[in-house]
Amino acid sequence: MTNHWIDLQHSDCILIMGSNAAEHHPIAFKWMLRGKEKNGTKLIHVDPRFTRTSARCDYHVPLRSGTDIAFLGGMINYILNSDKYFKDYVVNYTNAPFIVVKDFDFNDGLFTGYDKAEKKYSKETWVFEKDAAGIPKKDPSLTDPNCVFQLMKKHYSRYTLEKVSSITGVSREDLMKVYTDYASTGAGDRAGTICYALGWTHHSTGTQNIRTMAMIQLLLGNIGICGGGVNALRGEPNVQGSTDHCILYGNLPGYLKMPVASLDTLEKYLKKYTPVTNDPQSPNYYRNYPKFYISFLKSLFDDKATPENEFGYSWMPKLDDGTPYSLMHLFDAMYKGTVKGLFSVGTDPAVSSPNANKVRKALEKLDWLVSANIFDNETCSFWKGPGVDPGKVKTECFLLPASATMEKEGSQTNSGRWVQWKYKAARAPGDAIPVGEMFIKIIDAVKALYAGEGGINPEPILNFKSDYINRNGAFSALKAARQINGFFLKDTIIDGKTFRKGQQVPTFGMLQDDGSTCSGNWLMAGSFTTDGENRMTARGKDDPTGLGLYPNWAWAWPVNRRILYNRASCDINGRPYNPKRKLLEWTGHKWVGDVPDGGWAPMADRENGKYPFIMKADGVGSLFGPGMAEGPFSEHYEPFESPLSKNPLSSQLNNPALHVFETDMDKTASASDTFPYVCTTYSCTEHWCSGALTRWQAWLLEMQPEAYVEIGEKLAHEKGIKNGERVKVSSARGFVKCVAMVTKRFRPFLVEGKTVHQVGMPFNYGWLFPEDGGDSCNILTPSVGDANTHCPEYKAFMVNVSKIQEAG
Amino acid sequence: MDVTRRGFLRISGAVGSGVALSSLGINLKPTKAYAHELDKMNRVKAAKQITTICCYCAVGCGLICSVDKVTGKIFNIEGDPDHPINEGSLCAKGAGFFDLTEANKYRLQKVLYRAPMSDRWEEKDWNWAIARIARLIKDTRDKDFITKNSKGQIVNRTESIGHLGSSNVDSEECWLMSVISRTMGLVYVDHQARV
Amino acid sequence: MNKNELVKLIDTTKCTACRGCQVACKQWNEMPGLKTRNWGSYQNPPELGWNTWTLVRFQEYVDSKGILKWLFRKEGCMHCTDAACVKVCPSNALYRTEFGTIGLHASLCIGCKECITACPFDVPKYNPHTDTILKCDLCYDRLKGGELPACVKSCPTGALSIGKKEVMIENAYTRAKELGGDANVYGDTFVGGTHVLYVLGEKPEVYENLPARPAVPLTIVAWKDWFKPLSLIAAGGVLIGSFFHYITHGPKDTGGNSDQTCKGGGE
Repeated sequence: MTNHWIDLQHSDCILIMGSNAAEHHPIAFKWMLRGKEKNGTKLIHVDPRFTRTSARCDYHVPLRSGTDIAFLGGMINYILNSDKYFKDYVVNYTNAPFIVVKDFDFNDGLFTGYDKAEKKYSKETWVFEKDAAGIPKKDPSLTDPNCVFQLMKKHYSRYTLEKVSSITGVSREDLMKVYTDYASTGAGDRAGTICYALGWTHHSTGTQNIRTMAMIQLLLGNIGICGGGVNALRGEPNVQGSTDHCILYGNLPGYLKMPVASLDTLEKYLKKYTPVTNDPQSPNYYRNYPKFYISFLKSLFDDKATPENEFGYSWMPKLDDGTPYSLMHLFDAMYKGTVKGLFSVGTDPAVSSPNANKVRKALEKLDWLVSANIFDNETCSFWKGPGVDPGKVKTECFLLPASATMEKEGSQTNSGRWVQWKYKAARAPGDAIPVGEMFIKIIDAVKALYAGEGGINPEPILNFKSDYINRNGAFSALKAARQINGFFLKDTIIDGKTFRKGQQVPTFGMLQDDGSTCSGNWLMAGSFTTDGENRMTARGKDDPTGLGLYPNWAWAWPVNRRILYNRASCDINGRPYNPKRKLLEWTGHKWVGDVPDGGWAPMADRENGKYPFIMKADGVGSLFGPGMAEGPFSEHYEPFESPLSKNPLSSQLNNPALHVFETDMDKTASASDTFPYVCTTYSCTEHWCSGALTRWQAWLLEMQPEAYVEIGEKLAHEKGIKNGERVKVSSARGFVKCVAMVTKRFRPFLVEGKTVHQVGMPFNYGWLFPEDGGDSCNILTPSVGDANTHCPEYKAFMVNVSKIQEAG
Repeated sequence: MDVTRRGFLRISGAVGSGVALSSLGINLKPTKAYAHELDKMNRVKAAKQITTICCYCAVGCGLICSVDKVTGKIFNIEGDPDHPINEGSLCAKGAGFFDLTEANKYRLQKVLYRAPMSDRWEEKDWNWAIARIARLIKDTRDKDFITKNSKGQIVNRTESIGHLGSSNVDSEECWLMSVISRTMGLVYVDHQARV
Repeated sequence: MNKNELVKLIDTTKCTACRGCQVACKQWNEMPGLKTRNWGSYQNPPELGWNTWTLVRFQEYVDSKGILKWLFRKEGCMHCTDAACVKVCPSNALYRTEFGTIGLHASLCIGCKECITACPFDVPKYNPHTDTILKCDLCYDRLKGGELPACVKSCPTGALSIGKKEVMIENAYTRAKELGGDANVYGDTFVGGTHVLYVLGEKPEVYENLPARPAVPLTIVAWKDWFKPLSLIAAGGVLIGSFFHYITHGPKDTGGNSDQTCKGGGE
């Protein structure tokens, strides 16, 4: 989230789209309802299904799964044609005035530079014209036909009400209702926000779904302001923390880039990822990249990392350039037999991964599996799953008992980036220990083997600093947290102030690229004070701005900033656009309010002033985003499995940059009579994700005891299915049996002149427990992913539903 | 470090989740109530109160665990009225947090091992399991380690071991898993952020 | 008027059916979750039970303008002023507390099930394991400790609140007026006024399992006035009570004999 939970109440209009906030973030939804009660916040829910969220919003608009870009593209078209954008913001704080090179073009669903064989774009034409000084050329009048604003206007002019309505199945009246309500926030004194979740990421166009909305937020001047922002309602307790520490193939802690094979030296690596700008007014904060990366290596290898050995750069694994290693790629490789061992910690991919039958088959090919959990689950026990003969499974399996969250000390980062320290309330039962302790024990044992026997590339293992253990031999989260924050490794003078060796680095601005500081994750620098006080434990309730920022409750990254890009809440002279919700103000010599995105003067000061989007090389928000795999603007493509055989907007049916898997278990069926219904998957309030924790809890299981499929009354009538009956749901990949929940809350869509039915299933169930609870709906989902993130397309695929003709 | 909370009955906000009844001027003096019916409330008041953070969605709600000072066991968990986000309230999963403690009979308490071709788990101790896991890691890594890729570039990686998880553990643990997996050369490193 | 009288207000128009209350109740009162089946509804267990003292009911409803609504109603003891259950209870297990709520001394309950038949809201439930009645006592222990009832404390949205009777009645009417349309206050005008009030978004008759005009059956008034004093003097009071029950109500199934709270579905 750019903003945070409590801030939602300050919004004038909240678009909940790709999220079922009331069910999955009930306490977050409280803040939306509080806004409605106290500030008249309008709540709009756009979702294929009427949910508990819809029930409490001002209104609900159903749309066909997988058509969000069409819906939002129509909104961009409306905003631009009706002059609803916030001009001052758009001109100054976005790349709308930037001139794109003449060769850039878009034609019939494809941007320039597409390589059909490779299914990839080369991005030579996705760049700006530059002046003699090397600074992008701009047209502040926004009239140049090749400026971003005009190109965008042209691109989205194709998203007419008629076209969008026909694609999405939303009536033109409903489209206009949402567009006008939401676009009303494109004024300085109004704020609109978007609350999205997996309903947007789980698509083959997931990243572009979010980008389209980010563009809308930039056009309306809604980023960086109180009550605004782009807010991902993240769905797991510490998914913000785990993402910040990048348990992700392509990144290292703090979103640093994982090295690739072509960057064989540290110098090449740093050059590649340290952006440059010739514009003196752009802070280009990532110019500090080498400080973050070298401090990271120092945190791993301590004094073994030296300038002479490139701080250990050469020891670290390198990815092949342009090759993804995501969850789906892992299971694909495992299925093909190249992966022999797997760690599966606090996760249940046999239930939660797409194409679960393939995942389960892949697991059978492992030599060993190490799982750690607080309960058993379908992944740990895959060898006794349905249709599996344990006598034929060679896999050596370990199931390590873990401490539950209240049985250990440590921090968790919520979606609003608040890093909250928590305490150990009780001993874990039996032999259970924290996962952190398991990994220290494992790496120490591996280290001992390499020390004793030698082996290949032993340096990163032998030199890894792993002493995060307290006097009793137990895991010390506090010690690890201190290392993550970072230390001065020698006495250092910065701006006249002396920091002694061993003191904590108080902010990432003080990290060094010469090996004199360490920091396990630069974003977390500042979570301790120089004197070692743990700011994550702070529990102050003071609220100086009156906006609920609670600066002394826990600590938020970066540097305790509560709302990101907050300097964009003021005009170029530093005056708040909305004096009633004054997040920040320039007093003439400093910023007052939230911790500003850099202390520089506002940009009207041509000498000392800086642009507000400090993490972007150009210093402004990107309406034109060349970083994306499938285009600098978004475009509607049909889900990989769709009810349509032709994209109503172009000849390009699917995302052109999509990576498709091709094993015998990766069958798909699009626009097929065999699988005529759109299916989407989700969770429910009473369970959490795969249900691996919640199915073992009787209070929760009692409320949602078994797998079900929600079917609209019309489709149920056509199929002769009665409420509560058992049905079979099938896709090209398999089938599951479950209870039919016949409901008024799913209604068919009129798409391209034909009726399209949609059904939906929760993904909370698995064969292990309860025994009669049904199996995972991910047996049905395809392993197809977003072109940028490889996030699977769980939210739109094709199925059939049929009545089970069996006795009783 | 742990924190003993005395704010269990703290008053804040309107007549809703964050308030104590005494703020309403209600007479709470003992009358004819049966002692055993008040037991739990008395136990809560006598207990050590330790705060924690909810482990489901990423809202980050605060909870208070009431821990019996004699047994050291948690016997009640409810919302923390001081927490600025949830203000004492909880959803169904949060309200049922107690069922994640050892009171839940399904909690794993022993290291379990399943040998190749076996049809059951057997209990093991930590020392045995860690030694065996370390051996498997080293043998797999040494056997399959890729020093150079097909283009001859140095890549120093282990493609034959994968790591999944987890957004369900503390940040310090996440960091350790993220970096330990890379020191072992792993590239198939992923977790729930993508699913 | 009793200055200590409390009223819990349930504003159904603010409820998101997160069911924090349903679980918080079980957590505090240490009631188990039992085996259920999905019977084609989110509502589970399907009805109140000995282990389920409060239940969020889910109801899909299309109003007269054709607008789809999903109605959520937290169901549980209404804590009547003119409480039929207290009137019929032969052993004084059910009693009125100083807060005006209906408490239960479970140790005094003899399992006669009189209250089950008497209750106009179908609230008390029989626990076959202990041979006693169980129902919500509005967390009497917590009230005594100065704490909010577990359900009220857990409620995120302000759908549940508790306070002095006159204040809550006023809050309820203010809210109903603010909502307009068919919104109404339910509870203060019958059975002597309940200590649980609803703000309903729709007319009472729209809601499943909610009596539009609840009343204490005349037979129970008669029982209280004539038979109960007599029967308590007599040693065989309980027997007479049961006999009276049988002749006035017939062999009504008072349920709760199974831990399987299945409805509809099953195989």
